[in-house]
Amino acid sequence: MSEKKATRVAYGEALAELGLKNDKIVVLDADLASATMTSIFKKAFPDRHFECGIAEANMVTMATGMSTMGLIPFASTFAVFGGRCFEQIRNSVCYPHNNVKFGFTHAGLTVGEDGGSHQAIEDVALMRVLPGMTVIAPCDANETRKAVAAAAEIDGPVYLRLARLPTAVYDDMPFTVGKGHVMREGKAAVLFTYGIMVEVCLEAADLLAAKGLEVTVVNMHTIKPLDEELVRALAARCHSVYTVEEHSVIGGLGDAVASVLVGQDGLRFCKIGVQDRFGQSGKPLDVLREYGLCADQIADRILADR
Amino acid sequence: MTIQALEATCRQVRRDIINMTADANSGHPGGSLSVTEILVALYFDKMNIDPKNPKAPGRDRLVMSKGHATPALYGVLGRRGYFAPEEFKGFRQLHSILQGHPDMKKCSGVDASTGSLGQGASIAAGMALGAKYEKNPCHVYAILGDGECQEGLIWEAAMAAAHYKLDNLTFILDNNGLQIDGSNNEVMSLGDIPAKFAAFGFRVIEVADGNDLGQVLGALNQPAEAGKPTCIICRTVKGKGVTFMENQAGWHGKAPNNEQREQALKELEA
Repeated sequence: MSEKKATRVAYGEALAELGLKNDKIVVLDADLASATMTSIFKKAFPDRHFECGIAEANMVTMATGMSTMGLIPFASTFAVFGGRCFEQIRNSVCYPHNNVKFGFTHAGLTVGEDGGSHQAIEDVALMRVLPGMTVIAPCDANETRKAVAAAAEIDGPVYLRLARLPTAVYDDMPFTVGKGHVMREGKAAVLFTYGIMVEVCLEAADLLAAKGLEVTVVNMHTIKPLDEELVRALAARCHSVYTVEEHSVIGGLGDAVASVLVGQDGLRFCKIGVQDRFGQSGKPLDVLREYGLCADQIADRILADR
Repeated sequence: MTIQALEATCRQVRRDIINMTADANSGHPGGSLSVTEILVALYFDKMNIDPKNPKAPGRDRLVMSKGHATPALYGVLGRRGYFAPEEFKGFRQLHSILQGHPDMKKCSGVDASTGSLGQGASIAAGMALGAKYEKNPCHVYAILGDGECQEGLIWEAAMAAAHYKLDNLTFILDNNGLQIDGSNNEVMSLGDIPAKFAAFGFRVIEVADGNDLGQVLGALNQPAEAGKPTCIICRTVKGKGVTFMENQAGWHGKAPNNEQREQALKELEA
């Protein structure tokens, strides 16, 4: 494991890397290039980076217009502002299934000090409900690089959920869109998670192992289309299923997994996430703790169920 | 085509509008009848297009930002040869290529899916920006409603169009003065529309009678001004050509019954 890095930084680097190989890649930003880190791409390809000003709805619809000219636009802003242009994403991008990518950073509670107004806890719910939208939340810098490249290969809209907080960078892992990646195995329970919570869940798994409980941790980087086969197989093996996300328990991975497993007998199922409330200001890890999303809290929760 | 032939085409398209909406018992005749000359002038004269090669990369684009005016758009596309006029019967029906609002994936000749107001102008700006980047010589047209200009997105798009010096972009405003709940001024005053677009950095051309083909073509044929997007503001009559529909907000989204259809068609005879 190397030094920690935020997936937003990897996003900017990955775009610059991809830009070298494909001159159809263009990037749009809404006065946040230095925060979404598309500034890295802008430095490499100034004529392919289009500043849209503080006008996210126009950025999204212009991106769809650019896509019809054969370009592959990556529209970039904070995840919380995705809600602001939701209807543009719905009608101008997803309804005609245009080839627009969304690299939305600063997702989840770990935005920290900016507070609840800036902490998107509903973006996965909004994006996965749209027909034809692929929803990916990479867990680290390496996976982000692969996810950006994969998004460019998909013909249609892709949502990339990216984080502000620097997190662990794992050794190169296999990455296939729509295929969950088992990062640790154990039969006592299975934890399905994504994004920065992968690191947290692996820590929780260590804590549980110290108490004699071996759990499976699945990096479910693709929330849509969901790896339903893997969900069914691991639920059948472990009988105890947890979803863990830095997102509302309403409409996120928890609900996606639940809809696969609904009606199955003999399962314990629990959604760990933000319990239908908004975030608030604080240091990122303090906010995570307030919302019960630290490793020890998750481990305690699972132990309490035994 | 001669002006007389274009005028005959307008009458044909108006009959199509009446028949489509009456057959479907649904749709938007008022704003379709007001925009007819604008569409005919573009598709039958001004635009560099080939219905036999509807996806040609270098073609001019048209975005129907006021997407509810599908009866006019489909009438023009069908008469221009993008699809057979027999398709008109399917307007707003299950499995038809002629959806209630334009669907670029279903209907040949439709360059953008629109219908949610404000978005088409912004899509067109993106197309023009993409064309500049791709060094594609095409011109992009977007047809806007006046009520639509109450959407903030129109002005976000206008700001970007001027910022990026999109002289390959033309907005055409179908300024019929009416929207669903009444006149523009009753619903939400638009103020001085030409001054607003000029202030945003557009070259503005005003057309006193947007239902006069000669005037519309005259505006479309004015040479572009380098570095500036254009906005052509056409004063039109909602419901134009059907006396009982003219200047009536009530005909925005209401279909004629069979008796009204017959009366309208009589007025629109060749």
